[in-house]
Amino acid sequence: MLEDWFSVVKTRFNGAEAKGEEKAKSNVPSDLLYKCPRCGNVVFMEEFENCKKVCSSCNYHSRLTAWERISITVDKNSFCEFDKDMLSKNPIDFPAYDEKQKALRDDTGLKDAVVTGVATIRGYKTVIGVMDSRYMMASMGSVVGEKITRAIEYATENKLPVVIFTASGGARMQEGIVSLMQMAKTSGAVARHNEAGLLYITVMTDPTTGGVTASFASLGDIIIAEPKVLIGFAGRRVIEGTIKQRLPDDFQSSEFMLQAGFVDMIVERNRMRRALSHLFKLHNTGRVTK
Amino acid sequence: MSKLTACERLDIIRHKNRPTVNDYIPLLFTDFFEMHGDRLFGDDAAIIGGVASFQGIPVTVIAQVKGRNLDENKKTNFSMPHPEGYRKALRLAKQAEKFHRPIICLIDTPGAFCGVDAEKRGQGEAIAKNLMEFMMLKTPIISIVLGEGGSGGALALGVCDELAMLENALYSVISPRGFASILWKDAAREREACQIMKITAQDLLELGVCETIIDEPDGGAHNSLNQMAENLCDYLLEAVERKLKKPIDVLLNERYTKFRKIGEFEEFND
Repeated sequence: MLEDWFSVVKTRFNGAEAKGEEKAKSNVPSDLLYKCPRCGNVVFMEEFENCKKVCSSCNYHSRLTAWERISITVDKNSFCEFDKDMLSKNPIDFPAYDEKQKALRDDTGLKDAVVTGVATIRGYKTVIGVMDSRYMMASMGSVVGEKITRAIEYATENKLPVVIFTASGGARMQEGIVSLMQMAKTSGAVARHNEAGLLYITVMTDPTTGGVTASFASLGDIIIAEPKVLIGFAGRRVIEGTIKQRLPDDFQSSEFMLQAGFVDMIVERNRMRRALSHLFKLHNTGRVTK
Repeated sequence: MSKLTACERLDIIRHKNRPTVNDYIPLLFTDFFEMHGDRLFGDDAAIIGGVASFQGIPVTVIAQVKGRNLDENKKTNFSMPHPEGYRKALRLAKQAEKFHRPIICLIDTPGAFCGVDAEKRGQGEAIAKNLMEFMMLKTPIISIVLGEGGSGGALALGVCDELAMLENALYSVISPRGFASILWKDAAREREACQIMKITAQDLLELGVCETIIDEPDGGAHNSLNQMAENLCDYLLEAVERKLKKPIDVLLNERYTKFRKIGEFEEFND
């Protein structure tokens, strides 16, 4: 859920670890080093960024911002954003929710936890959605639900495939039951897209959990995962609390989910564009004819 | 209808004599034939399902089973289903679609079970699949929250044409305990969470999630099981007949729209 179990801990130049709220703010030029949260390997930030933020030691595919993801995935200048000015209300009047969102908007430049639009990937036109874990752990509230639904509906109307890069702590608790209903709403949009015979690919990135796993993330015709990321329904701590023992480290990893049969393939970040475009080609979909 | 707080209602739905599906099924239906298993892994006693006659109408019943005592609860895992429970529900729902039977879902769960095996067998996928498939089923679906409707584990039987709640039932994104634990790191603040979460039938009616509230006898359903079953029966008969009259394409559009319009946001055009 909202706990950031595997939050990327960036070792700052002075060696002090960012704590709590500051984690999100720590992405500043003074971060010269990157410490992998999985294996503890430390590399220069520049080198880490050159590898598209993949740990050169253990191959953990660390989190990207939505815009970083878009820039390494779609063809240059091809992205056209949908619904960029949609803001969430406060349906259950949750204390300090508006203030928290305002601070996050200032901090991240995002309006909520997903960016959606249409773009081409190696010449194939597709609707794309990318979630950003910096924004309330990319939990799904009204805005995430509505933007994902509209994007899929646009694809259904225009006979386009959909690719969604999922990352989420689950339903957004602060929006109460309204957030739970977004699971049904987004799944309904997938159902209609599916019925129209169109291709839907989900790419599970770190972390994909809770109500997003239990809705549109698990409904892809093809489910891809990045290596070493967290994928699951229930939070690790919740399960450990239930069974009163520690779970193995690879529990709920991409590799674990592949073995369990809930992920079709694991694709490395630097092969993602190629994989997606080949899958589009095999499904004879989205090719832009000039 | 009584004006109780969410916490007072929580106490009522946790009353040890609160009726469960095992009490309601014999009073609401005749010729109930229970069906077992998901045909993939096994049978989950946390969800019971089968065909039955309701006032002369053949229906499919799918229900989450709270135990009335510890033994029953051990058997039904305190009404926390595993993936095979949700897959059994989907199998029976597809069967209902094939034979044009209305589906009646009775929701009563703190949530889907959280455990190692549930993860391995794809709890998330099982719930997601139900949300997608129930949205398109070409037969009427009526869901009723009997007591506790917790999280995606409840929603997996909650994609429907009409959602009704018993007067004291609660339906929430996560149990109040889980809410307190996640947001305040303190599960002991459960009652405080309960008060602010907007989870009563009246709240959900106002939020457009629930369509109908079914009256409970004074003090709660446990005070008169027969009266409660009668109220349920009256509601169901009216709702099932009303939904059966609708052409399927109209029904499916209305079902889609029911969920499509939920969400509170605003848009600016700079």
